[in-house]
Amino acid sequence: MKTKHHIPNEILTAYATGALPEAFSIIVACHVSMCDQCRSEVEALDTLGGVLIDNQEIAEINFNSFEKTMQLISKQNKKDTEVRKTSKDIYPTPLKSYFGGSSSNIKWKSVGGGVKQSILVNDKQASARLLSIPPGAQLPDHSHKGLEMTMVLQGSFSDEVDSFYRGDVELGDDHLTHTPKAGMKEHCICIAATQAPLVFNSWIPKLLQPFIRI
Amino acid sequence: MIYQNNISYESNSNSSGAIIPRTEMEQKLVSEDIMKITPLNNWSDCLEKISKNKDEEAFKKLFEYFAPRVKSFLLKSGGSENQAEESTQEALATVWQKAHLFDPLKASASTWIFTIARNKQLDAIRKINRPEPEELPWMSLEQSDARDAIILQEEQNSLALAVSKLPKKQRSLIEKAFYGDLSHSEIADITKLPLGTVKSRIRLSIDRLRRELGKKLQ
Repeated sequence: MKTKHHIPNEILTAYATGALPEAFSIIVACHVSMCDQCRSEVEALDTLGGVLIDNQEIAEINFNSFEKTMQLISKQNKKDTEVRKTSKDIYPTPLKSYFGGSSSNIKWKSVGGGVKQSILVNDKQASARLLSIPPGAQLPDHSHKGLEMTMVLQGSFSDEVDSFYRGDVELGDDHLTHTPKAGMKEHCICIAATQAPLVFNSWIPKLLQPFIRI
Repeated sequence: MIYQNNISYESNSNSSGAIIPRTEMEQKLVSEDIMKITPLNNWSDCLEKISKNKDEEAFKKLFEYFAPRVKSFLLKSGGSENQAEESTQEALATVWQKAHLFDPLKASASTWIFTIARNKQLDAIRKINRPEPEELPWMSLEQSDARDAIILQEEQNSLALAVSKLPKKQRSLIEKAFYGDLSHSEIADITKLPLGTVKSRIRLSIDRLRRELGKKLQ
């Protein structure tokens, strides 16, 4: 499976440096789990962080810092070293903690027209939800203010821009008017993250400019 | 470290006895310039000793190098003296705990320790919840080409070199981004810095290899 629609570098950089709101970070983490191209970009940014640590000025550590660290180590719990393994279902591992590990726990709520949603996170900056759209159905009319990111987990959807399949990410903002329609084969399940309305202090509005043409 | 690795690779690891020609890029990366800015400590070896033998000596060596740097990073990210000290101890304890997960084919030791420090920074100081991607399958050196580890180290070295050659203003842009101290249009500026296009291309081929291998192992 090859991803066609990727995440712009600006957003990957914001993710790597922790500047991206959680709702969008969920999509980046899920996309990177499937897309080696974007993973390699994020890892290259981590490498830049490694260079930073190496060439960092040195702070003075406490005289007993090493001993205290060894004490912490003696109290450590083995359970904390679990690897984030590849998910065996359609929901990538980074999503799982939002519904207690198993997709059977997802609390779907009907929003009309057969479309269901489940909110993953909703904070001051942005919100992210799972959407399930019946085959061939059109998304209910929704307007977005600011950045919107959508990633397909199952099935597909098409709009005026293109068709989007598993792993693909579509970026939108107030300038994009689109009417996404689910593919005919199966329910389209996707993650959608939208910027909270009227958040002028977040970094996103100033970044929007480069994306408008996407 | 680069020279050590290369020599041992060409003389020991290659059982067929044939000398594997180095690519032009690899040759270019092993330069005098890089040697000047790369510490000669072999942190991968230290981490292996920690993971296999619970070697406190090796950990102390690593601690003495990285703890003051991690603390400096956390202080500059807005942590108080106490917060930074405590978080440094916790981060280094995590390094010990996760040493067996360190994979020299995936990242250099500095990069790996940075990701641990960065997660501590987000969690304890900046209070940011940042979900992390799935990890690609772990590979042992036998399963893959040992050259990947060398190439990754060299990638880091060439990046360090590129960063050191940037004008001070651009360099501080990168630092500020990682400290969480950038205005938002500046984040986009980072993607325009001349840091070489090579870096993510190398990663891409390695990541693809890992994914293919992971499929075979399942």
